[in-house]
Amino acid sequence: MTKRIFDAEARQGYSLIAPPFVYALLILAAPLLTILAYSFLTDGYLEVVKEFTLENYAQVFSDPIVRKIMLRSLLVAGLVTLVTVVLAFPVAYYVSFMVRPERKSMWLFLITIPFWTSYLIRVFLWKVILGYNGVINSTLTGLGIIDEPLTFILYNVNSIVLTLAHAYAPFAILPIFVALEKIDRSLLEAGRDLGESRVMTFWRVTLPLAMPGVIAATLIVFIPTIGDYVTPELIGGGKIPMIANLIQVQMLALDNRPLGSALAVTAMSIVAVVSLIFLFLNRRFLKVRQ
Amino acid sequence: MSQRSVEGSGLRIYAILYLLFLYAPIALLPVFAFNSGTIIAFPLQGFTTDWFVQMWANATLRRALTNSLIIAVSSSLLATCLAIFAARASTRFEFPGKGGIMGFIMLPMVLPEIIVAMSLLVVLLGSGLSLSVLTVIVGHTLICMPYGIAILSTAFSSLDKSLEEAAYDLGETKWSAFRLVTLPLVMPGIISSLLISFTISLDEFIIAFFLAGNEPTLPTYIFSQLRFPKQIPMIMALGTVLVALSIVLLAVGEYFRRRGIARIGGKDNGGFL
Repeated sequence: MTKRIFDAEARQGYSLIAPPFVYALLILAAPLLTILAYSFLTDGYLEVVKEFTLENYAQVFSDPIVRKIMLRSLLVAGLVTLVTVVLAFPVAYYVSFMVRPERKSMWLFLITIPFWTSYLIRVFLWKVILGYNGVINSTLTGLGIIDEPLTFILYNVNSIVLTLAHAYAPFAILPIFVALEKIDRSLLEAGRDLGESRVMTFWRVTLPLAMPGVIAATLIVFIPTIGDYVTPELIGGGKIPMIANLIQVQMLALDNRPLGSALAVTAMSIVAVVSLIFLFLNRRFLKVRQ
Repeated sequence: MSQRSVEGSGLRIYAILYLLFLYAPIALLPVFAFNSGTIIAFPLQGFTTDWFVQMWANATLRRALTNSLIIAVSSSLLATCLAIFAARASTRFEFPGKGGIMGFIMLPMVLPEIIVAMSLLVVLLGSGLSLSVLTVIVGHTLICMPYGIAILSTAFSSLDKSLEEAAYDLGETKWSAFRLVTLPLVMPGIISSLLISFTISLDEFIIAFFLAGNEPTLPTYIFSQLRFPKQIPMIMALGTVLVALSIVLLAVGEYFRRRGIARIGGKDNGGFL
């Protein structure tokens, strides 16, 4: 019966998409639904008791430590996103508008190489650079500029933000670059011909048209950074946990899977809400411009 | 005109400084890998290749490397095969619900990895399956697939539909036309998808950390050694080798990507993503 509902093309499409779709259902959807279910169950000793409860969520929202860590994760991810996007925009602008077309892919290649090298080692290298006996401190003390090593650059939120901003830099450049590339260059000339200054043309033509790329960059940086596990562990010295570390501790070390699941679901919801706000802003923005 | 060139050179200086910032940490790797001092700090002591020798002799590291290679090869093959299906379906056919299905398959690209790893771990532990290299392959295939799809969709969408139709007219079946016409044309895309997936899997830490059980992979081995200051110079040597390796892989991938674009007569419009 179902075969008659769709035409031949749709049937072919479905049979082709089936293998990857089924794989994603089994390996992604089923586990996600499982933790969603777990988050409403009760934690027993060494097992999950099948008893419906909202206690886990009540705990997530009332516990001051959880709230502090959630807010810290949001703050760190927000700062990293801001720093990354603001620093990346001029580079994307330069590559798109100033670099000769045949050299663009070389620039993009140079920008993406560091991103593909070991994430763990890159993060650790920042510890080497910023550490108590690190590159900066040993150089400064060696030169006699400071007597005591600077301690404010390691094991705090600043160093986590710096490390993450470095790790996600290419993520921000590429979407902005793609958006800038799509801009019709004659629009800029038109703006100039109509008597706008360079700055005003940029402000009123280039920037609004680049906005979809900026929004994409924001999301691409924000989502993985809020869930980052490695950087708080290595750079924060385990003393400044973020949400991923908290989930891991609840799930494994404390073996409280329902609470861990509730944390994971809450974190995902926060990410989803922030993403939707940005997408909504983007749509509003585009509508106003049209 | 002059204002533009002033602005251009200002931006150029900024862009070069930005590149320096991107490369600064990586540039330190070989510096400390060849430094004979056991503490990672300036001033440098002297030149040595001991750390590379020590790395080569390390049995656990070898085991981690073998595991990582098995995982990376398997998951890049699996992910690319699945990605071929998805990319072909999304570029060639129209069917209801396509956007939703594709969006769902691409989801791992924007989902924090810790969520993917934890939810899979809970299910695996709940179902009593033991953790091994196999479970890591399952997870890596899932996260590599969207990257493969992104690359292959570009390859498939720039394909001229009339070439396939010509093959049908000349008496080829659907499968033989795909094998003889489509596949060779998207081959560069397939190779670059394989390379990118391989690189992602080789470097992936979170999923390997939680799903590998007692089996070490390269990143989890590195992570476990970072706690011991004595081991850091060797890790620096290992990092140097890994960085050199990824640059070679990326250069090969980039070469195939460009060749692919040239082969189907397209215009080169950017990098990997």
